[in-house]
Amino acid sequence: MSQQNRILILFAHPALEKSRINHWLIKAVRDIDSVTIRDLYEHYPNFHIDVKVEQELLLAHDIIVFQHPFYWYSSPAILKEWQDLVLEHGFAYGHDGTFLRGKKILSAITTGGSKQAYCRQGHNYFTVRELLAPFEQTAHLCGMDYLPPFVIHNTHQLQDSEQVSKYADLYRRAIVLLCNNQIEWEQLPQHAYLNHYLESVNIALESSLHVQ
Amino acid sequence: MSNENFFFQAFIYLAAAVITVPVSKRLGLGSVLGYLIAGVIIGPYGLRLVGQEGQDVMSFAEFGVVMLLFLVGLQLQPDLLWRMRGSIVGLGGLQMVANVILLSGLGIALGLSWKVALAIALILPLSSTAIGVQALTERGLMKTFGGESAFSVLLFQAIAVIPILALLPLLAASPSAANQAASAGSGLAGWQQTLLVISTVSGIVAGGRFLMRPVFRFIAATRLREIFTATALLLVVGVTLAMQAVGLSPALGTFVAGVVLAESEYRHELMSTVEPFQSLLLGLFFLSVGASINFNLILAQPLLIAGLIVGISVLKSGVLLGLGKVFGLDTNQSILFAFALVQGDEFAFVLASFAAQSKVFSENVAGILIAVVALSMLLSPLFMIAYDRLLQPRFTSSRDRGEADTIDDNENAVIIAGFGRFGQIVGRLLLANGYPITVLEHNPAQIDLLRRFGWKVFYGDASRIDLLYAAGATQAKLLVIAIDDSEQILEIVDLARKHFPQIKILARATDRRHAYELIRRGVDVMQRETFGSALEMGVEALKLLGVRSYKAHRAGQMFKHHDEIAMQEMATLDDGDDALLMARSRQLTEELEQILQSDEREITHEVDRAWDIFAQQRDTH
Repeated sequence: MSQQNRILILFAHPALEKSRINHWLIKAVRDIDSVTIRDLYEHYPNFHIDVKVEQELLLAHDIIVFQHPFYWYSSPAILKEWQDLVLEHGFAYGHDGTFLRGKKILSAITTGGSKQAYCRQGHNYFTVRELLAPFEQTAHLCGMDYLPPFVIHNTHQLQDSEQVSKYADLYRRAIVLLCNNQIEWEQLPQHAYLNHYLESVNIALESSLHVQ
Repeated sequence: MSNENFFFQAFIYLAAAVITVPVSKRLGLGSVLGYLIAGVIIGPYGLRLVGQEGQDVMSFAEFGVVMLLFLVGLQLQPDLLWRMRGSIVGLGGLQMVANVILLSGLGIALGLSWKVALAIALILPLSSTAIGVQALTERGLMKTFGGESAFSVLLFQAIAVIPILALLPLLAASPSAANQAASAGSGLAGWQQTLLVISTVSGIVAGGRFLMRPVFRFIAATRLREIFTATALLLVVGVTLAMQAVGLSPALGTFVAGVVLAESEYRHELMSTVEPFQSLLLGLFFLSVGASINFNLILAQPLLIAGLIVGISVLKSGVLLGLGKVFGLDTNQSILFAFALVQGDEFAFVLASFAAQSKVFSENVAGILIAVVALSMLLSPLFMIAYDRLLQPRFTSSRDRGEADTIDDNENAVIIAGFGRFGQIVGRLLLANGYPITVLEHNPAQIDLLRRFGWKVFYGDASRIDLLYAAGATQAKLLVIAIDDSEQILEIVDLARKHFPQIKILARATDRRHAYELIRRGVDVMQRETFGSALEMGVEALKLLGVRSYKAHRAGQMFKHHDEIAMQEMATLDDGDDALLMARSRQLTEELEQILQSDEREITHEVDRAWDIFAQQRDTH
């Protein structure tokens, strides 16, 4: 087994008390040793982001996860504020802005619409990958690898806890694999979603990763 | 002088001023010209209401000049003075030297003996501080480059009077008379005299720095206004006596005292206390100048006098214009600089009489000089009017204003009245962001404490309009009223609204009723003193109860928003009808509760619908 990756989950949900899925996703990964969860709305209720602290957190981790519900085809407002402030010139980009180079970045999003809604025939017209282009390009500009996103569709239809825990397990598996560096990185670009890769790989490890 | 006679004289002088000055001001001639004309009217060549005692009145009224210099000193911090050292020595010195050389050369060419020519040349270049400063201040031009340059020259001249007084007796035709006059002041040798002068001036500096502050603090703590006034006057009179005792110009002494006290917290209070006395005495001084013009002498030699006035005005303004160019003033400022200084000086009266006593020249020459200087004073406001009407409109003023701003570091854009727990927070935030503030505080103990921490705080009761004037409220942008007496806050709001319509008022409200009063008075910003911090503590309490911090934050903001709207509405209700107020208040409280608990009661509200996945679900399916 190769070295452990340290993961920083930047979590943005303005009304977690109303959440139906993100609450469980966070719970599923909370106890993993090399994972730091940064609840942005809890830390910065008035949007006064501490740039220095946030940059130090970035430096201390190898993989950054933007976990949030997909609002208006993008992230909740605070994550945009976080990008605007923290990804400074001379830190994240520009001639001397090489501090994030080589790190990996993952979008982990939840959306009410089905996968079919996100295509040319669907009422959202664009695919999720297309809509995530600003995040992908931001990662490129900062010299980071943008991984295929982890996407949960149809959150409106999530009725029972069984369905929810299935997704929570999947998310935990993804994070653990990323932590343990057990991803075949060269295969990832073939997949639109990280979910597809997870389904395709041998699930021999599943037993050792099972939640609880 | 009998009592009755005294009151009659006082009546004449006051009536002349009250009648003439407002008319003159209305006609755009300025107050100085008004006083001078009033003096001429009541004088021996007018209605003959005042006569021989005019001279006594003048020497008394010269005290107005002394006070003027004290006030000017109060407005100049030592560091500002230090920054002006170049222009004081450069401009002032060159102005004197050039004028003395030109005038004495001219005198010799006209056939005067070199001693007489030099004596006259030493007297005439001086320009009146009283008229110059008054004219510039009245127009708000004191802090332009031209105004500052003019002031530098005046300051140099005030200092130059001392060596001139020493020099004049040496120019006397017969040396014996000179010695007599020179030793008239004191029987001391030269080095003793010098030592005395130095120790007196350093005494004033040290006293102002170390002695006066505790004295003023003690006096201020008694809260007796008239004793504070008496102390201020005592200080000025005392310095005057000390300076006279050592044969120095009292004006210079009080100027030094003023500069030393400019750093102290009592600056504004002293300014507003001394100012009325100074203005009245200066007016009296101009009146007596007007009254003392000898029209017989003028009528006997009208051409000589007219020629002298024109010649000297041309020469002086020519030299000043030239210097203005050399020192890099633009044309507009050069002209202002020259015109403000074209008149003769009140010291010229003293010097001319002194020179005549010392037998440097005859009484007749002295009389002519005095007439020339007085007439040039009479004419000087006309120069400023010409500047106002004809010249200034031709220059774009925007650039001047920019220049004025950079020089102006005496008065700040923000005045904070009351620097207790409330005012300090406002002030610290402004200072931290580079906005200088002028702070007024009426508790000497508090000032003392703040000064020890390096805060620049001034003593004074902000509900007094003259103090607000002294603190620069006519130019300030914001007035933050942060004192804790709610009645006084309302008084200040009313005063400021009336006298300083341009100023934006930010007022501290002590309770709800007080807040309503402030809203009705239309203050620009009203803040209840405990509301902000109590709200924040409420938000923290919600968080500790398990509410997510962003939700708690929004709940706080919503509460604030709703409460502010309610405040505005309640303020418009009739204050007298308590029942109505109570009823409406209860109703508003209920509304707010409903909004805040909308989740449970399913009352939809724009704020709480946000991020509501159930609402979304209903929309999409």
